[in-house]
Amino acid sequence: MENFTPVSALIGGAFIGLSAVIMLAGNGRIAGISGILGGAISSRGDERRWRILFLAGLLIATLLYQFASSSPITIETQASPELLVIAGLLVGFGTRLGSGCTSGHGICGIARFSKRSFAATVTFMLFGFITVYVTRHLLELGV
Amino acid sequence: MSSVKEQNSHEGMFAHSAVTLVSGVLFGLGLIISGMVNPGKVIGFLDLAGDWDPSLIFVMGGGVTVTTSTFWLVLRRERPLFERKFFLPTKADLDGRLLIGAALFGIGWGIGGLCPGPAITALATLDPSVVLFVGAMLLGMVLQNLVAE
Repeated sequence: MENFTPVSALIGGAFIGLSAVIMLAGNGRIAGISGILGGAISSRGDERRWRILFLAGLLIATLLYQFASSSPITIETQASPELLVIAGLLVGFGTRLGSGCTSGHGICGIARFSKRSFAATVTFMLFGFITVYVTRHLLELGV
Repeated sequence: MSSVKEQNSHEGMFAHSAVTLVSGVLFGLGLIISGMVNPGKVIGFLDLAGDWDPSLIFVMGGGVTVTTSTFWLVLRRERPLFERKFFLPTKADLDGRLLIGAALFGIGWGIGGLCPGPAITALATLDPSVVLFVGAMLLGMVLQNLVAE
């Protein structure tokens, strides 16, 4: 457990929670990224406008952090380009089919005591664990 | 209750946009600070049989503690501050679409170590692997949209 970082994880998690509360209290929306992104593709007008603004906020966060912090943002790629394409397709298709991802179901849905979000969160976590076990320990894939 | 006219005022529009932008920036900073933007960190959590890193539990814990302790208070209000109503999911029952979608998402998450929020946030680093992943993710969303129609 040498990479364990509970303090920054808690602080970062609290930021995410705070963002979701501000969004709900201010604009009555669930801060679920796959829903916001999917809607930015499929909707028009005002519905599209706020979604693009929120997504721009995510990108601005990276630029702000890079500007203000001395430590760079670490991104350790975990799969080959081919596998990354498969992963992206599955994540895009799956989150839209299942109406949410880690944020909408995991952070917001659980706080609404939604049965659907509990079930979705348990399901994607379980399949995440199984997939990593299969790819890392049975097939020994990975970069 | 305020009128529709009031809703469309410039002031209301500005506040609405400010909330959206601030919320997006905070969300992105949370993902960066917590390390969720790093696929290596996510796989470290999902790899129970490897050198397990439980940090992601604390990210979820921090987030869920904040939302669970406040959402019920927010939702007691008649409406949000800058919108005419709350936009909440209406479905209550489990169905195949939900569970199959979540399973497919979990498999993709396990392969790449990226979910939608971190992927978009990390896109601004222009890391080639993230750019490739996001392109495929957008395609997956478009495909699902086509299948649904």
